[in-house]
Formats: sequence, C-alpha cells, structure tokens
Amino acid sequence: MAASDRSVSPFATFRRVAQLVAVFAFGAYLQASGMLPAMLLYSEDVLFLIRQHIFLVAVSGALAILVAVPLGILLTRPRFRHFTNVATQFVNLGTTIPTLAILALSMSFLGIGAPPAIFGLFVVTLLPILLNTIAGLTSVPAPLIEAARGMGMTERQMLFQVELPNAAFVILAGIRTGLAINVGTAPLAFLIGGGSLGELIFTGIALNDLPMMLAGAIPTALLAILVDFAIGQGQYWAVPKGVNPLR
Amino acid sequence: MIRLENVTKIFGATTAVDNVSMEVPAGSVCVLLGPSGCGKTTTLKTINRLIAPSSGRISIDGKDTAAVDEVTLRRSIGYVIQQTGLFPNKTVEENITIVPDMLGWDRQRSRRRAAELLEMVNLDPGVFLKRYPKELSGGQAQRVGVARALAADPPVLLMDEPFGAIDPINREVIQDEFMKLQARLKKTVVFVSHDIDEAVKMADQIAIFRDGRLIQYAAPDDLLAHPANSFVADFVGSDRTLKRLRLIRVADVMDANPGYVRAEDRLEAAAAKMEEAGHSSIVMVGPQGRARGFVTLEIARSRKGTVGEHYEKLPTVVSPADDLRTAVSTMFARDVSWLACVDEDGFFKGYVTQRGITHALGATYRDG
Ligand SMILES: Nc1ncnc2c1ncn2[C@@H]1O[C@H](COP(=O)(O)OP(=O)(O)OP(=O)(O)O)[C@@H](O)[C@H]1O
Ligand SMILES: [Mg+2]
Repeated sequence: MAASDRSVSPFATFRRVAQLVAVFAFGAYLQASGMLPAMLLYSEDVLFLIRQHIFLVAVSGALAILVAVPLGILLTRPRFRHFTNVATQFVNLGTTIPTLAILALSMSFLGIGAPPAIFGLFVVTLLPILLNTIAGLTSVPAPLIEAARGMGMTERQMLFQVELPNAAFVILAGIRTGLAINVGTAPLAFLIGGGSLGELIFTGIALNDLPMMLAGAIPTALLAILVDFAIGQGQYWAVPKGVNPLR
Repeated sequence: MIRLENVTKIFGATTAVDNVSMEVPAGSVCVLLGPSGCGKTTTLKTINRLIAPSSGRISIDGKDTAAVDEVTLRRSIGYVIQQTGLFPNKTVEENITIVPDMLGWDRQRSRRRAAELLEMVNLDPGVFLKRYPKELSGGQAQRVGVARALAADPPVLLMDEPFGAIDPINREVIQDEFMKLQARLKKTVVFVSHDIDEAVKMADQIAIFRDGRLIQYAAPDDLLAHPANSFVADFVGSDRTLKRLRLIRVADVMDANPGYVRAEDRLEAAAAKMEEAGHSSIVMVGPQGRARGFVTLEIARSRKGTVGEHYEKLPTVVSPADDLRTAVSTMFARDVSWLACVDEDGFFKGYVTQRGITHALGATYRDG
C-alpha cells in the first residue's frame, strides 16, 4: 500500500491559490476583529514553543527517515526476501494503531517529557516511510533487475543505479505522508509533557481562550504546509526525470 | 566459441534443460528455437550464469565460465532481452555507457562510443542521446537495447527474443539491420526465438529444443531439408520447402554460362542458338554485355532481319544476390518461366528457370 501520488494538475494549482487567498482573508479578519493584537500577547511563548515543536518534528522525522529507508532496503534484499511480506503486514498493522495510543504507549515505558514524545512521533513517521520504501523497491520491474544483473552490475550498483532511482518517487511519497502525520501529531506531545505548540492549543481550548488557541494552531498549520511544500519540491527535483510522473 | 557440455538445469521437479551439449563457432549466430517452456531462456542464461547449471560445463573460447568471477564474465557478454530492460531513470546515452563506465573507460571515449553505436543501429545521435526510454517507440527502444549490449564491444552476444515484441513489419527491418551489423562485427551470437522464419533468416545454426532436450542442431537449410524427426518437421512447418527458398541465392542456381545474341546478329543465327540449347527465347546484350532485351524462338523463325530490329524489352529481371523466394515470386507475378539475372550495373549474368529451382530444391533430398 503506497501513499497516493499527489500529482500536479490544474486543480492542484487552483487549490494552492485558493489556500493562499483563504489565508490572507483569514489574516485580514483576525486583524479587523482585534484578534491579532490579542494573539501577539503570546508571541514570546509562540517563539519558544515553535522551536520546541520544530525540534520534536526534526529529530523524530530525521530518525524515522534514517531508520525506515535503510530498513526497507534491507528487508528487500535477496537474503531477507521471504520476510518482506511478513514485515509489510506487520507494518500495516502498526499503521492502524491510533497515533494517540502510540504516544500513550511510549509514555508508559519512557515516562514523560521529550524522549517519549520523540519516540512516539518517530514510530508514527517510520511506518509509512518503511511501507513505501518496501513497496517502491519491490515494484521495480523484474526485467530491469535482470538486465542490470546480466550486464554485470554488482548488488550495490544495482541498488544505487537502478532500484533506488526507480523507487525514489514512491519512497519520497512515503516520507511526505510520514512527515505530514508527524507534524499533525506533534501538538499531542504536549499531552505527555513533551511541550510543542500543543501547549497553546490545548490550554487555549481548556480556557476557552480563542486567541491563545489560534496562536498555537496557526503556526502548526503553517508548518504543515511548509513541510509538505518542501517535500513536494524535493519530489519534483530529486527524482530522475525519466521516472518522475511530475515532470 | 561457446561450448556447452552436458548442461542440465533442474528447478525442483522440472528439468528445464536436460543434458544439452552444443558448440557455437566464433563469429556465428546460433538460434535456440522451440515451443514455449522448452528451456531456451534457461539455456541462454546458463551462459552468462544468471542461472547456475545443476551440472555440466560451459566454456567460452576454451575458458570454463565457472572459473571466472560472474560480474567480470557478464561484463564481457552483451545481453539483450525482449522487455529491453532499458533503465527508465537514465537517458539513452547513460544506458549505453553503463558497461563502459563500469569497466572504467574514459568518459569522453564512452560518450563517443554511444553516439557511434546509435549511428550503427540507425538512430540519429543528435535526436536520441538525451532522450529517456519512455520517449522511445518499441522498435527504437529495442535498437538502443542492442546498442547497449554492444557498448563495450563484447565478443559474445546473448539475445532473448530481442525482436519478439515488435510488429511484424518493423521486426523485418530491425532483423535486416541486425544482420548487416553482424556481417560487419562478427560476434558470436546466441539468439532465442520461437519464430521459425526469424530463425531461418538469422541463423548459421539452429538448435531445436523440446522439453529441455536438444533435438536437432543443424544449419537452417539442412534443418529444413532433413528434419531429424516428426517433431522437428511439424515445428518447422509443412511449407518448409518454401522456407528454403529464402536461404538459396539466385547465383547458386542460375545458369552462369548463358547463350546470348547481339543486336547485329541475324535472326537465323539466334534461332539456331536457341534450338541448340533447347530454349524458347534468348537474351540480347549490348556491346559491353548489358542486358538489353530478348527474342523468342517463334519470332526468330517467322521474321527476317537482325535481332536488333525485332527484340522485346525484358519484362523483369532478378539480381544474382536475391534469394529464390524473390525470384519465384517475380516469376509467378509476371507469369514467366525464366528470368534474366542482371547485376547492379546492368550486366547480364545468367538466367534462372522454374525447372532449375525445382531441381536445386530436390537435389538436397536426393543427396540425403
Ligand atoms: N526460476 C524458475 N523456477 C522454476 N521453474 C522454472 C524457472 N525458470 C524456468 N522454469 C521452468 O523451466 C522450463 C523452461 O523455462 P524457460 O524459461 O527456459 O522456457 P523458454 O523455452 O524460454 O519458454 P518461452 O518461449 O515461453 O520463453 C519451464 O517449464 C519453466 O516453467
Ligand atoms: Mg524464454
């Protein structure tokens, strides 16, 4: 099960523009209603929490990529081929566990604070990346592998010159999905003492303080859009032209 | 030279290749032929060790392939498959330079080689070098596949139904191109096919397989003239004699010492020549020996004067380099029983008759 490609169509472009217009209109509304000055009261907290939030996302996301991609590669090597299916099913099972439950579980054996939050985020990010890495690598057409071997490529050359480039788009789609989940889940870190912008969001909700809640929610949303955009660009530019459905 | 000695490959319960021994002489094309599942691909892949034989020995130029490191071995053998196996992430140029790059060729040299190879397979380097495989037609992709296999100039080429996925018209074209290339490069080629016509056209030797066993190994004409058993006879088809027409050149059956007359000869002399040879017409040649026309015995007897005053134009001619299929089909099309053979420069070389062709085809049967 690979995460679906987000191809660039005229509609997607239209959606982008509509998003920007909506954001702008929303900003204008906030300003007009006096909400913006109220939110700015929290600017110091916001800056601190954004750094904390980005730290959680960056560390857990990077760890997830660094573990999932090599693990996916390993699981698709001839030596481990018979485990590939079992592993995929196991991972599929993992993705059905609600992210909040994963955070709760990781708190139950790592205590509270940043480490269980990072670990929990790491796990929820890892699964889709691993899934897509395996899917991408196993769907490289067999004739390519045969031709590569028949021409005298070593296993290593096959991996780097044939398998990874041809799986790159799907792997990056997995990273995109994984990080989207990560950024979306990060506010929950607050619930297990991991900080993050969730602190403003949840406290704002509890105190029925709309400016406070928005001071946390808006940067969270912007971060999600930014990350998604960055990986979208990565997918566009880093995947070789011949196998890039976007180009 | 490639030699297989008692090669056997067993997959679980299937014996895919059963004790096969054969020898492919250097510079010749051997076609492995047979119905689906008879072990052609498996046999081919034992040569570059994509499949390790269960038993038996394979040597190339006297060297046991099992003694060579398999990566080194494969880099010295060109490999072409039906699905082309071009890497979609690489341009045509990058695809072609893969083996040269792995062998550590200088970049400039391997690029020059890529352009040269594209020319060789009739693709314009200016247009195609920078294209990606998805931007090629099936025939173009297959040509690039052949170019890629030839990149490091390997002495041996293995091809598994390389032209199988191409439409019949383009297949003929690409087969002809390949044969021209092969005439120049003289590679030792093992070629898998399940198309008897392709095999007859390309092969110096044909190896017919059935259920993993090598049933007959012979030159195409020999195979068509003397199938070893009813399986081979059925496989090559009931029209096998007609297929042989493709293998025999007009030059092999034409009468190369033909009588002829000149424009200034008298008709009486022409009639005498025809009567002597038992022919009903005779070719008239010009001063240098170029074929100009012909006169029939009937005209030579009934008219008076010189040949030049009464000759007719030749309705059609064949070249000594044409195959008999062309000759026979021309005869049927024009409803004639003989054809003058004329070379590219127009010189009269001889003639073929229907009787001569029948005789040539029958000769092998009588010899056998
Ligand atoms: N890896 C494998 N595992 C098990 N059996 C195999 C394997 N490869 C081939 N076989 C079996 O060996 C036999 C010969 O297969 P092979 O691919 O050599 O046939 P082929 O002559 O090339 O057929 P085709 O014309 O259909 O390509 C078949 O019965 C096939 O099912
Ligand atoms: Mg086959």
